[in-house]
Amino acid sequence: MKIKQKYDVVVIGSGPGGLAAAIAAKKTGCDDVLVIERDIELGGILLQCIHNGFGLEILKQDLPGPSYAQRFVSEALGLGVETLLDAMVLDVSPQRRIFATSRKGGLYDIEARSIVLAMGCRERTRSQIRLPGPRPAGVFTAGTAQRWVNVEGYMPGRRFVVLGSGDIGMIMARRLTLEGAKVERVVEIMPYLNGLMRNYVQCLLDYDIPLQLRHTVNRIIGNHRVEAVEIVAVNDRWEPISGTEEIVPCDTLLLSVGLIPENELSRKAGVLLDPLTGGPFVDDHFQTNVPGIFAAGNVVHVYDLVDWVTEAGYIAGRSAAAFAIELRRWENRHMPLVAGENVRYVVPHELDRESLTMGAVRIQLRVKQPIESPVVVELRNGEDVLVKKGEPYARPGEMITLTIPSKVYDLVQKASVLSVHVVQR
Amino acid sequence: MRTTENVICITCPKGCTLEVLKDGESILEIRQGCKKGHSYVQQELTDPRRMVASTVKIRGALHPLLPVYTLAPFPKGKILELMKALRAMQVDSPVKTGQVVLPNALDTGIDIIASRDM
Ligand SMILES: Cc1cc2nc3c(=O)[nH]c(=O)nc-3n(C[C@H](O)[C@H](O)[C@H](O)COP(=O)(O)OP(=O)(O)OC[C@H]3O[C@@H](n4cnc5c(N)ncnc54)[C@H](O)[C@@H]3O)c2cc1C
Ligand code: SF4
Repeated sequence: MKIKQKYDVVVIGSGPGGLAAAIAAKKTGCDDVLVIERDIELGGILLQCIHNGFGLEILKQDLPGPSYAQRFVSEALGLGVETLLDAMVLDVSPQRRIFATSRKGGLYDIEARSIVLAMGCRERTRSQIRLPGPRPAGVFTAGTAQRWVNVEGYMPGRRFVVLGSGDIGMIMARRLTLEGAKVERVVEIMPYLNGLMRNYVQCLLDYDIPLQLRHTVNRIIGNHRVEAVEIVAVNDRWEPISGTEEIVPCDTLLLSVGLIPENELSRKAGVLLDPLTGGPFVDDHFQTNVPGIFAAGNVVHVYDLVDWVTEAGYIAGRSAAAFAIELRRWENRHMPLVAGENVRYVVPHELDRESLTMGAVRIQLRVKQPIESPVVVELRNGEDVLVKKGEPYARPGEMITLTIPSKVYDLVQKASVLSVHVVQR
Repeated sequence: MRTTENVICITCPKGCTLEVLKDGESILEIRQGCKKGHSYVQQELTDPRRMVASTVKIRGALHPLLPVYTLAPFPKGKILELMKALRAMQVDSPVKTGQVVLPNALDTGIDIIASRDM
């Protein structure tokens, strides 16, 4: 599909937040809606969440992640949402210019009347929780392991310890067990479970995977590959209690220690971020502090249910569409006023068609070449002359004024560009 | 002998704890939770079942694996056997969402269906 130079709404990211926004923008009446996605297909993180539990709130159905995504992918494509896949957005300006790059298409420079940021979030890694020890292979985030096991078909190890009792960690503990691996235990530093109780029951209890609260991984052991981790109990201030260390042999450590909204692009666009959520400050239309830039989904704050992400996407998409439609109306009222034959420049550069309803509009110009005999100054729409006025001569040093009277309002409405000419009589 | 047992309902994300009053094996009363929760407890104490989601190999598609799931909760005791059956399978692209990839899995009457188009 050919990518246009300008769109009403451009959505960055094709998870449920982005797809819902694109669908809502189309339904609100925008013709040109584009979704840009860095992956080779639409759907976002849901594509690797093959477990059930999605859609209970809005769809009233218990679906696996890919089925939930499929509905929105099909609906968006059915409505004629355009897509740019395998393309990474590198930069967004406050003037809503978007730069993206892809292997096939090279560099894209796209203008948007409004933008919906829907980049989702990413997982916290080892360095963000300052886990000491050597750096052998075998330390992964739970979501990375999820992608390999569920989409790409690789097993990242045989014997696992999971750090963090978030949902992704528990779901992966079950998944790896079902695929034949041994999950030694799930370790949680807090005195309570981080994820949903139902996941504790159906992912850990069902498969006899022990959960250790108030414990953490103190150290990673192994040079080339993880050989073991040292697990230790912590006190109320999360400090290791010495004497409680225990070495647990394993070849892989999975981290499920939280998600952070992915906002590098937002920052570049001048969007202000809330240090508490890690996402943009938004109003009830999900508009950021930059007019015309909206945000929806996990990029705003980390949701635990996908249905709320979808709902946020709908609101952001509708609002972005309303903004784009308003802007288009404004653009349609304005038409360029260009310099024609023997005219160097004209001020103003643009004419608001509606101004003529309130009275005449005066424009000013300078000629390029002197003409020392009578001339006509003409305002034209193509070949049709709308207004004309005679002058005894034209000189570059002397500004010429032309008045556009209210009575040409109807003729002006028919034009898409007006030009001014100064010709010999 | 009368006993009480706590069962955590996994039907929805609320994850309520339900109190079950039993006399031997028979359930006398269920406290807390909603209607769906009560039927979950009945089921859980007699014939526990779970939704199962996994993958099967697929030929000629964008990815090497196709995500699939059980159309209804599957008997808990047979899940590992089901996994073995799914690992041995292979399907050919194209596949549509909801298409049955393994009918009547392990004679349970439950179909295994594709989670997405691929
Ligand atoms: C492992 C896991 C399990 C979950 N389990 C459940 C569950 O059981 N039930 C439930 O209701 N919810 C669950 N959730 C939550 C739910 O999946 C998320 O809330 C939802 O997917 C978020 O949608 P999103 O559109 O905000 O972001 P995402 O789905 O993450 O989509 C963001 C998209 O933006 C793209 N992107 C980012 N940056 C760029 C860029 N610069 N250029 C181009 N594209 C870009 C990404 O590639 C991605 O496709 C789970 C989440 C995870 C991670
Ligand atoms: S009892 Fe009802 S509300 Fe509570 S978890 Fe079960 S289904 Fe949900």
